[in-house]
Parts: sequence; structure tokens; C-alpha cells
Amino acid sequence: MSIFKLTAAALLLGTAAAHAEGPGLGQPLDAAEIPFYATYVKPDGTGLPAGSGTAAQGSEIYAAKCAACHGATGSEGPVMPPVGPNDVWPKPAGSYWPYATTLFDYIRRAMPLEAPKSLSDDEAYALAAFILERNGVIDAETAMTAETLPQVQMPNHGNFTDVWAKQGAKPW
Amino acid sequence: MTRSDIDGAALDYAAGGGLLNRRMLLASAAAGTAAGLLQPRVARAEAEIPEWSKTAGARARGYGMPAAAESAVQRAIIEPWQDVAPAFSLSGTPHHRLRGTITPNGLHYEVHHGGRPDIDPARHHLMIHGLVERPLQFGLEALERYPMVTAAHFLECAGNSLFNAVMPEPMQAGCDMLHGLVSNTEWTGVPMAVLMEEAGVKPEGKWVVAAGADGPSLARSIPMEKIMSDGMLALYQNGERIRPEQGYPMRLLLPGWEGNMNIKWLTSLWVTEAPVHTKDESGEYTEILADGSSLQFTFAMGVKSFITHPSATMTMSGPGVYEISGLAWSGAGKVAKVEVSADGGESWAEAALAGPVLPQALTRFSQAWHWDGSPLVLMSRATDETGAVQPARADWKARYHASNFLHYNAIQPWQVTAEGAVHNVYL
Ligand code: HEC
Repeated sequence: MSIFKLTAAALLLGTAAAHAEGPGLGQPLDAAEIPFYATYVKPDGTGLPAGSGTAAQGSEIYAAKCAACHGATGSEGPVMPPVGPNDVWPKPAGSYWPYATTLFDYIRRAMPLEAPKSLSDDEAYALAAFILERNGVIDAETAMTAETLPQVQMPNHGNFTDVWAKQGAKPW
Repeated sequence: MTRSDIDGAALDYAAGGGLLNRRMLLASAAAGTAAGLLQPRVARAEAEIPEWSKTAGARARGYGMPAAAESAVQRAIIEPWQDVAPAFSLSGTPHHRLRGTITPNGLHYEVHHGGRPDIDPARHHLMIHGLVERPLQFGLEALERYPMVTAAHFLECAGNSLFNAVMPEPMQAGCDMLHGLVSNTEWTGVPMAVLMEEAGVKPEGKWVVAAGADGPSLARSIPMEKIMSDGMLALYQNGERIRPEQGYPMRLLLPGWEGNMNIKWLTSLWVTEAPVHTKDESGEYTEILADGSSLQFTFAMGVKSFITHPSATMTMSGPGVYEISGLAWSGAGKVAKVEVSADGGESWAEAALAGPVLPQALTRFSQAWHWDGSPLVLMSRATDETGAVQPARADWKARYHASNFLHYNAIQPWQVTAEGAVHNVYL
């Protein structure tokens, strides 16, 4: 970059800062300082880490770490059973949610309730696989990975109306 | 003063069921007819000097608390999975025990998906990153130096009034249980636009994924438009630092939008080109319609009102003149009018609104009423400045799947029995 371009860039930055109404006290944030839960895995798989897990592996982890709240097989509850259809919760995560990527991200950041962020990436993949397989969305052999998870076709995808896109902030 | 002293024929009625024209309450009080005072009066033999008038009182204290006799004024706690998941807990504001419009800080409703975290403010940061020119972080001390704005706004959980939405028979409970997941606060904080401009949002940055520092790191996708127009980084609640229950040391405030999006314990704002379909916007905060399809990204709360005085679990203190009082609000702007009916919706009178009527804020309404002691049904119906009107319960139910309990804003009827009991009913 030439001296001229550098000066121009500095001037532009200076102008931007002058426009802002604040005192400009924000400190630079390095990528390394950003924890995973400050982002979210996107429906296209962006943000998925390396690793893999199968439904069989997930089944064991589920029994040990999840069944107490969500039910022995995932459809009993009492808490929002992720496997459906069931009599407790009309929105079972493994079939109702539009994207499978959300399962991985949510389990990794939030579950189990008493020890969130304690699962490894492999465990989170395995649990997502277990829930999807129990819902009949994937077969028992397919391991969930950064490649396979975003390709899962969720059965309820396409059954949502985006109210914001349709009518903005106007209440439905 | 007995019941027969009220000359019904001389009162100026505004609608059926005994609703009076506005000046009636004042006029009867001024004339000394005191039509509302029907409590039996017991004369004392001599003037009583209470003991607190014969001693020195308590000393000043650092932080004041409500009077001991008011200790029953508490939030109603709702814990759907108390045994296995007590951290998932809610509490509702006891509106039937409050007046005015501002909710006391200790009585603001709570909805905790993973419990209330205990945050060290010195180690808490707000990060702004993603599609920005300059990824930044802010500590609490730095934020204190930013220009702040103050505004009164309601917060309402999308699941407020859930029992009325889904229970086949009306639940007999107070406004704390039935409608307690709405509260109103004077918030103070830094306009979100100031912080966003400092980070420099790139043109393709259309959404912001906000995340909290709580256990589940609750996250929601929010349109940049809302963040920039009236989003606030709230630091103060009714003048003091926001309470741990409300997101200490900082929360996102999106006036008029469902409570869940107003991320508490806010630690990250990640600028993206599109929503990321977080857990809450994929299932829990979507509404299943009557045809089985679902609504996603339903942000603003609809126009709503309910009568707080009298309301279910309260008892009338005999026939006479009363002031009906209640709360109205809309996520779309200001409340334009509130109508009250005392004959189950056959006739309506326009209630008085206590000013100033603020946008996306609770508004107190009142209506003078002469109750002659006969059974009847009271209700209120709000209209907002966009012309939206509160629906009847049957009309609201017809739109949604039977299981849906989100964004319920139907009219609340209260039945007053001849004995003076007040019950929750569906009409
Ligand atoms: C101590 C109880 C508890 C345990 C153990 C637990 N969860 Fe949960 N789970 C909850 C609660 C409570 C919620 C609802 C949170 C909310 O509403 O934000 C939830 C929500 C979920 C959801 C979303 C449900 C929906 O429909 O929105 C999924 C998926 C889930 N948990 C998976 C798991 C997995 C996988 C495990 C095991 C690693 C697990 N949970 C362990 C209590 C628990």
C-alpha cells in the first residue's frame, strides 16, 4: 500500500470516528479471543468443527447425560422431548426444527442444563445423530460430521412462514 | 351510608353494567356523598394514639425495603420441571397488587432458560464482531462514559398469559400467574447504533446474532434495522443498575419485541448477512398455526390489555362506586384507546388513559363504575395507534394450533358474582 493510500485510509477512519457519537473506547478484539458460543453454526454448515459421531455412540451418551430430563428414549420428557411425535411437546427438535445444524450448536452450547459446554465436539455430533436417527430423519449408519450434518433434510423445513420477511415488525 | 343511599337514577351512566361517566367518581367524592364508602364504621370511645407515635422510629438504612406488612407482595413462581430442571424457572409480576405503570425492580417478571447466572462485572465484556470493520470489546467501565438515553418500555414474554391460551377451563389465579410475564421499566443505557457505528457495520451486515453469558448462552438473530433504530444496551433499570434477574450487568433492549430477544447478560453481538436459526427461533418461539404450518420470526408483541382492579382472586367490598383500573400496551406503538365493558361485551365505555401515553410502554386506564351488586362480566379491549384491536379469545384460538400459547393477546373477561367474588372466565 502506498503512503497516499495509507493516509487516505487513516483519514476515512478518522471521519468515521468523528461521526460516531460515542467516545470511541472500544478495544480491539482478536479472533482468538472470541469463544465459540459468540457465533452460531449456520444452516450451510459454516462454523462446524472437525469431528464425528454416530447414533449408536450418541445413544450411550444420551442415556448417561440427557435421559433424566428428556426421557429414556427421547420422547417421554418431562422436558421438551426431542424425539417425536410424542404427547408432551408438539415441536420435537429432531423433526420440527428447520435445520439440523441447530441441533449440534444448541447441544454444544447449552446442554446438559447443569453442565453446558462440557461436551466434546464428537459427543455433540453423536447426540445430534442419535436424536435425528430416533426421529427417522437419518439412518443408523451415517455419522454426523461437518459435511453430513448440513446435508440432512429436515422434514418440517419449508413449513415455516417468515413473518419478518412478509410484514416486518407488524404483529401477526 | 347504606346501599339505598345511592340513587341509581341520578347517576350518569356511560354504558351497561353500571359504567359511569368520568366525572362521576370525582363529583360524588367532592359532594361528600362518598358513594364508594360502604365499610361499616366503628366509633371509638376515645382518640387512639398508636405506639409508633409515642416512640422514635428506626434509623436511616443503606437500601430501603418495602414495609413488613407488604411482604406478601411477591412474584408468582412457575417452575414447569421443578424436580428435574429447577433452573428453568419463571416468575410473574403481581399486577393485581400494584398501581401506576412502572414495575418495581424486585417484582419484574423473570424467564430463565438456564437459571440466573452470577456474573463478575469486572470480567464481563461485550464483543461486537463478524461483518464489521473493527471487531471491538467493551468493558463496563468504558460503557459508563458513553452518552445514554432513558425510555420507559414494557417487556413481555411471548408466552405471557399461556394458561388462558391453552387450558380448556379457565385457571382461577391472580394476574401474577395469568398475565404476570409483562413488566414495565424506565431503562437507561447506550443506544446500540452508537456502538455499532464505532465497530463499523459492513454493507452486507443485515442481522445481528446476540448471545448472553448465561449457561445456555441464549442466542437470537435480530434484524440490523431494529438494532439501529431503537435498540439499546440497557445498563440501568428504574435508575439503579439492572438486576441480576434482568441481565446484570447489561442486557439488550428491543422496545416492543418479544422478551426472549431482549438478551440478558449480553456478551456478544455477531453481525451476519442472514439469521442463523438459533434454537429459540427454530422451535420454542415459533407459533404453529391452525393449518399445521408455523410462523417464524414473529417479533413485535400485539396490542393487549387486562383489568387489574378488580381481577381474579380479589373480592369486592360490597356494592357501590368503584374505579376499574388496568393496563394496556402494544408492541407496535402507543395505545390509542381502551374500552371497558361491564355487561360481557354488549356495551362499552371509553376508559380514561393516564398520561403521558408512551410508545411500547404500559399505559394505565381507569373507568368509574357503579356496581349494584348483580352478577356481571367485566372486560377491557385495547386499540393501538396502528388501529389494531385486541381479539376475542375464540377468534385468537381459531388462528392457531390448539397447542400454541405464544403471542396470546385476547380480551380478558372477569366474572363478578353476586357475592363479590371475581373469577377468570372465557367468553
Ligand atoms: C437437568 C435437565 C436437563 C438435562 C440433563 C438435559 N437437558 Fe436438554 N433441556 C433442558 C431444558 C430445561 C431445556 C429447555 C431450555 C430452554 O427452553 O431454553 C432443554 C432443551 C433441550 C433441547 C431443545 C428442546 C426444544 O424443543 O427446544 C434439546 C435438543 C436438548 N435439550 C438436548 C439435550 C441433550 C442432548 C442432553 C444431554 C447431553 C440434554 N438435553 C440434557 C433440560 C435438560
